[in-house]
Amino acid sequence: MSGLHYTYQVPGDDFTRAGEASGAVKGTLKKLGFPPEVVRKVSIAMYEGEINLVIHGGGGTIDVDIDGEKVHMVLSDHGPGIPDIAKAMEEGWSTAPDNVRSLGFGAGMGLPNMKKYSDEMKVESTVGEGTTVTMTVYLRG
Amino acid sequence: MEEQYFHSVTLNPDACKGCITCVKRCPTEAIRVRGGKAHILRDRCIDCGECIRVCPHHAKRAVTDRLAGMERFRWKIALPAPALYGQFNNLDDVDLVLGGLIAMGFDQVFEVAAAAELVSDATRLLLSQGLLERPVISSACPAVLRLIRVRFPQLLGNVLPLQAPVELAARIAKRQAARRTGLSPAEIGCVFISPCPAKVTAAKHPLGTARSDIDLVVSVSEVYPHLLGTMKALPATLQELAAAGKTGIGWGRSGGEAAATLHERYLAADGIENVIRVLEDMEDEKLRGLDFVELDACASGCVGGVLTIENPYVAAARLKRLGRYRPVSCNHLEDAIPPEAKWDREVPFAPVMQLDPDPLRAMEMLSKMSEIEERLPGLDCGSCGAPSCRALAEDIVRGYAAEDSCIYVLKEKLEAVMETMMAESFGEKPRAEEGEEVSPQ
Repeated sequence: MSGLHYTYQVPGDDFTRAGEASGAVKGTLKKLGFPPEVVRKVSIAMYEGEINLVIHGGGGTIDVDIDGEKVHMVLSDHGPGIPDIAKAMEEGWSTAPDNVRSLGFGAGMGLPNMKKYSDEMKVESTVGEGTTVTMTVYLRG
Repeated sequence: MEEQYFHSVTLNPDACKGCITCVKRCPTEAIRVRGGKAHILRDRCIDCGECIRVCPHHAKRAVTDRLAGMERFRWKIALPAPALYGQFNNLDDVDLVLGGLIAMGFDQVFEVAAAAELVSDATRLLLSQGLLERPVISSACPAVLRLIRVRFPQLLGNVLPLQAPVELAARIAKRQAARRTGLSPAEIGCVFISPCPAKVTAAKHPLGTARSDIDLVVSVSEVYPHLLGTMKALPATLQELAAAGKTGIGWGRSGGEAAATLHERYLAADGIENVIRVLEDMEDEKLRGLDFVELDACASGCVGGVLTIENPYVAAARLKRLGRYRPVSCNHLEDAIPPEAKWDREVPFAPVMQLDPDPLRAMEMLSKMSEIEERLPGLDCGSCGAPSCRALAEDIVRGYAAEDSCIYVLKEKLEAVMETMMAESFGEKPRAEEGEEVSPQ
């Protein structure tokens, strides 16, 4: 038993469906009886990432691997990329368009929250090619 | 422990036709049809009463205490839920209802609405101290509390650690009566007049405390006809009994408790589906910047309970009107929150939804579930007795059902058997017939 693998395609043009993938993973982790704190961390971190895929990435793919020790998430898009990753990690810094802000998103807390709620996070980005965010949450803190 | 799974919501097998109306609507997937009858999975049921509401054959019912049971007490105290006041047309004075209860044979009335005002005071105090995890979730609806316990464990830390108003009412009333009458607590009966089965379960098997001071829970619908009679026979000048204000009466409808926090940043959701959506969002931390969240399992709040009579929206409008000439609040804490108003034990997570306590074993089961699910038609028709194909896959993995509980899987199997039988009985003949067809003369 090597673990469970799930792949989700996140459409970039349908804002109303954002959050479905992280919702599905949350349901799965609850079924698995993972500790509530782990479920919480994964669902928040992944939800923020999923929203980013929709707002900034023009859609993308999320790969989730679950084994007895950790939940590993890879979110990748072919969007514009992040020119200054350190700047993007600052709380409150946002490039979200106004129409998205009017829905209550784009507060500049996406990446900071992903960092806060995951145990490990790596952001790789090339301007003009896309961004890949890798996050891991461990079962035991 | 037997008592752990006491439920007010039960099934009358004689009336059950085995349809899947309740199965589909249950918010915790706690019902299955087996052998033509519905079965309630006792560890999952939260007593919300949704199945009672939707059953077209009235096969689901709430077990409550009967009114006649109060005769065994020497001193009888009625604890009317504020929702009771909303059941009467043209009522403009709560004293009419309270006087009617005394005329029914109660020695004393203690309004749950009065205790609700103390809970509101305590809530405001706790919110101002800022020690609670925000947003604070109301703990007054026992079905919601049980829902959180089985489906949203990470939010247990946000739940207001206070007794529901009815419990506080019972405690205060019993103590006052003992002092007044000199009787022992066992001789004093607190009879709660309840709008819903979840409160019956909460009194018999409380969460947040070791034992309840509520002795009997009778339904609004049982009391209603008796009360109509005694209310009509009351003298024109009524005894002054009302002890609650606008705030307490407002607790009977959705938004009343939240408004009483006097905090602007609150939200009130009613109806179990809406409650679940709010809890999902809270879990994902989408509701930042809120102080208080009131959640009522029934549409329109307690007036929407399945043990009431009146249309919930009509009843809610009546409560609004009834509060009009009452003071804002008639009951206040003296200083600190009394211990009897607080939870005296934690409400633990009940992991009834998990596949197995061992994560590795659970993962294996989940993987098998996905394999099985792929072979199922994905129609969620409910004919197998489970609410969805996914739920059937889960039941199979848990060993409660077989794959051919699915009528589509069964049909495929039967067709395969038929083909084999045909081939065996007629030998080459079917093929010969086909041959004839393809070579016309």
